[in-house]
Amino acid sequence: MRAAVIVFPGSNCDTDTHHALARVMGVPTDLVWHATPSLDGYDLVVLPGGFSYGDYLRTGAMAAQARVMRAVREAADRGVPVLGICNGFQILLEAGLLPGAMLPNDCVEFRCEWVHVRVETRRTPFTQATDMGQVLRMPIAHGEGNYVADPATVDALDDNDQVVWRYTDAAGRRTAGANPNGSVADIAGICNARGNVVGLMPHPERCSETALGGTDGRMLWESVLARVAA
Amino acid sequence: MTALSDRAVPDDATLREVALTRDEYHLAFDLLDRAPNAVELGIIGGMWSEHCGYKHSRPLLRRFPGTGPHVLIGPGQENAGAVDIGDGLAIVMKVESHNHPSAVEPFQGAATGVGGILRDIFTMGARPIAILDSLRFGSLDDARSRFLANGVVGGIAWYGNCVGVPTVGGEIQVAPCYAGNPLVNAMCAGLIRHEDLTSAAASGAGNPLILVGTDTGRDGIHGATFASVEDPEASHRGVVQVGNPFMEKLLLEACLEALRTGGVAGLQDLGATGLTSATIEAAERGGCGVTIDVARVSRRADRMTPYEVMLSESQERMLVVAHAGREDEVRAVFTKWGLHSDVIGHVADGHDVRVTEGSVEVAQLPVSMLADAPTYEFPVERPAYLDEVQELNVDEIPEPEDLSETLLTMVASPNIASRRGVYRQYDHMVGTHTIGPPGGDAAVMRIKGTDRAVALCTDGNARHCYLDPFHGGAMAVAEAARNVSCTGATPLAITNCLNFGSPEDPAVYYQLARVIDGMTAACETLGTPVISGNVSLYNESGDQAVWPTPVVGMLGLLEQADATLGIGFGAEGHVVGLLGDATPALDGSEYLAVIHGQVAGAPTIDLDAELAVQSVLRDLIQAGLLVSAHDCSDGGLAVAVAESAFAGGIGVDLDPESIHEREDVALFGEAPSRIVISATAAAWPEVKRHAEAAGVAARRLGRVGGDRLRIGPIDIALDEAYRAWDQGLDAALAGRQPNG
Repeated sequence: MRAAVIVFPGSNCDTDTHHALARVMGVPTDLVWHATPSLDGYDLVVLPGGFSYGDYLRTGAMAAQARVMRAVREAADRGVPVLGICNGFQILLEAGLLPGAMLPNDCVEFRCEWVHVRVETRRTPFTQATDMGQVLRMPIAHGEGNYVADPATVDALDDNDQVVWRYTDAAGRRTAGANPNGSVADIAGICNARGNVVGLMPHPERCSETALGGTDGRMLWESVLARVAA
Repeated sequence: MTALSDRAVPDDATLREVALTRDEYHLAFDLLDRAPNAVELGIIGGMWSEHCGYKHSRPLLRRFPGTGPHVLIGPGQENAGAVDIGDGLAIVMKVESHNHPSAVEPFQGAATGVGGILRDIFTMGARPIAILDSLRFGSLDDARSRFLANGVVGGIAWYGNCVGVPTVGGEIQVAPCYAGNPLVNAMCAGLIRHEDLTSAAASGAGNPLILVGTDTGRDGIHGATFASVEDPEASHRGVVQVGNPFMEKLLLEACLEALRTGGVAGLQDLGATGLTSATIEAAERGGCGVTIDVARVSRRADRMTPYEVMLSESQERMLVVAHAGREDEVRAVFTKWGLHSDVIGHVADGHDVRVTEGSVEVAQLPVSMLADAPTYEFPVERPAYLDEVQELNVDEIPEPEDLSETLLTMVASPNIASRRGVYRQYDHMVGTHTIGPPGGDAAVMRIKGTDRAVALCTDGNARHCYLDPFHGGAMAVAEAARNVSCTGATPLAITNCLNFGSPEDPAVYYQLARVIDGMTAACETLGTPVISGNVSLYNESGDQAVWPTPVVGMLGLLEQADATLGIGFGAEGHVVGLLGDATPALDGSEYLAVIHGQVAGAPTIDLDAELAVQSVLRDLIQAGLLVSAHDCSDGGLAVAVAESAFAGGIGVDLDPESIHEREDVALFGEAPSRIVISATAAAWPEVKRHAEAAGVAARRLGRVGGDRLRIGPIDIALDEAYRAWDQGLDAALAGRQPNG
């Protein structure tokens, strides 16, 4: 088992994600520079949060054109689990590895706070260790997490079991106050049709240790470690 | 020597532009024994500005204690101070003002303030791990103040979030005196191993000077001199800089990576007066000369003069002194990060700064003359206003009939209400160091790979300093130390920013001198030396100076990070107590200002009592006897108890009757050296015994439980009070009534 955390200029959750994987979960993990042409030999690829290329043009738009993204696509095609966290999710959208796009939060402000998300499918490598309908408490930190797609795409996400997490309250109810950014259908994370490429706005690496106020993020890591080991 | 009468002295407009007085011009003439040319005049003006030269404050700042067992780098030596935190690690920290730019363009003013303080930290080789911002605005009833406050918060969020350094603490306080001159002080703490501490010295003749980062433009010329004159709004707008946090992030990573090559001899950021002070300060530290060719500086504007290149304050630039022969290796790191670099000169023998444009010399000045600005000292005379404002007859203050209503008003007021609406705009978690998030008394940052954590906060009650500069200055340090102690951390050292009006006003000079004396007394008693700081004078608008506003940034150390605790009450049945028995009073209190519209009285502090309370508190926390601890300060006991109840999500039932004969004084009166604690019923006797054995009072006030705030005559539903507190500042910033 070996994990790659991709580093783009402006990534700022790269070392946090490395810490969670390498130090907390004990997974051999490399920080991989964006100009790297190949990701052969990696069993897990994570695109971390941050402000790649300063969010200039559109969030994730420039990173989506980086050389490493060709390798990310090849890894995805091979079935390697790929996780995009926050800006990483935005990059996966811009790269066309996941459908849809991001708008600025409907509150028009950056939001850094704890939210609840409900597990909507167990079929991805990152949700196998969780229960259907389980509510996870994780932090968000973004200005543009308002997921949007045309109605047909949103329907298709539902039909094909591609909605992975939805924002809910602590009891798992989809209430008006539970969605922090205005995302369509309260979507917090989605996957591709195959299920191995997953993007989400909350930050599992920020809730993988008790000292940080929560450990629900570990469930994503535990899921993917179990999948890779299987 | 040329006689004064034979000298062609520049006209007043020219001297004003470089912020030199006529006498200072003559001094420069005498030191050079010739007339400085226009470029030299600009350089002298920048280096002798208050901002760079501390000409009105330097003699007073010498009173601060700057040494101690933990101090690795003290004040004035480098861009920031450094403190040993054990395990071979150090914290580098500093606070700096960006008041004047923020008064004109709040978003960029605050953003570039954050950028500047970050560079001060990573120029020493340290990785920034925390930002704190201490902010002061005029009344939020005023639309302009709301514009400034929202702009400043937005700018801090924009910059800090993008760079990826968490904004974990600070303050927002409002008072009418800041209406025309808001205060924006940014503090940063960075983490480093002792052996990696990097000097900003230029040394080794022949070593190349490499300028990296943004190309140089016309922005910000005269920023330093602008910050050293009154009435920022009347000054030119073109001096405000525009930040680029993405560029800063690249610079941060590239600089730290370049240092790891071993090819870097020194690193110096470009701040006020840009290339001028960067090169001159580096030369002064290295005891050498420097030669710069402005023609080699990449520009983003056409036809810039040598004067403009030397004084540009374009942001996100660093000066790297490379070891001769290793410049290609160092430059390759910057290239990897997509950053442009130019070799613009070299370290030289001798002690002059020499500026050329190609082969033409445009300036040559002795470094010593520039680094040693003339200083001014004035007599310290007690101003008459103090007698007037210190008079307070409590009998004339009517006692409110409904103290529950008073508490609701207090918790919804802008200086007390929850800061959640602000700090949730800041990424306060990136880095995954934050184990004590915003909302507590101090931020607690764990140090990965160790059992340790550091606590950080800023404090400075300007109302107290206005009413009694000495006691106010002492209370600012004491409160900061108390806040850090409430997390269980031992206060180690402070950084500070002194925000005052014009030092040429005798009343302001008195305030400055006495605040420094008060801070000095507190630092000595509490064992927290001053390791770095910044002075911002001329904070005036129209004829109004701001209140004397020292901002104290405190660092504390927890050897066992998991011993830390928060301010929130824990569970039903726990005992609530008050540590310390200083007598509360209305002097300078938030209650007197908010409910009675008065700023009066003479707040005082007993520093020995403060030390005793704090050390007992830390012992109790380290012994694991407490569930919560919260500084009892602004708003008095009732507000502190309410905040602990809000944080814990549980009510209380207390009887504070015996504290003072007047109920409003008992509930809302303020005194330093008091802490609201809670403990399990089983632990409480031991808490009391331990405290009293150390000569510190520990009074049982009542118990935690239920869903109401019952504090003597106060009886309100917890959720009603919580809503008032939670919405108060958001409403004020939006220009709404608290319940609107």
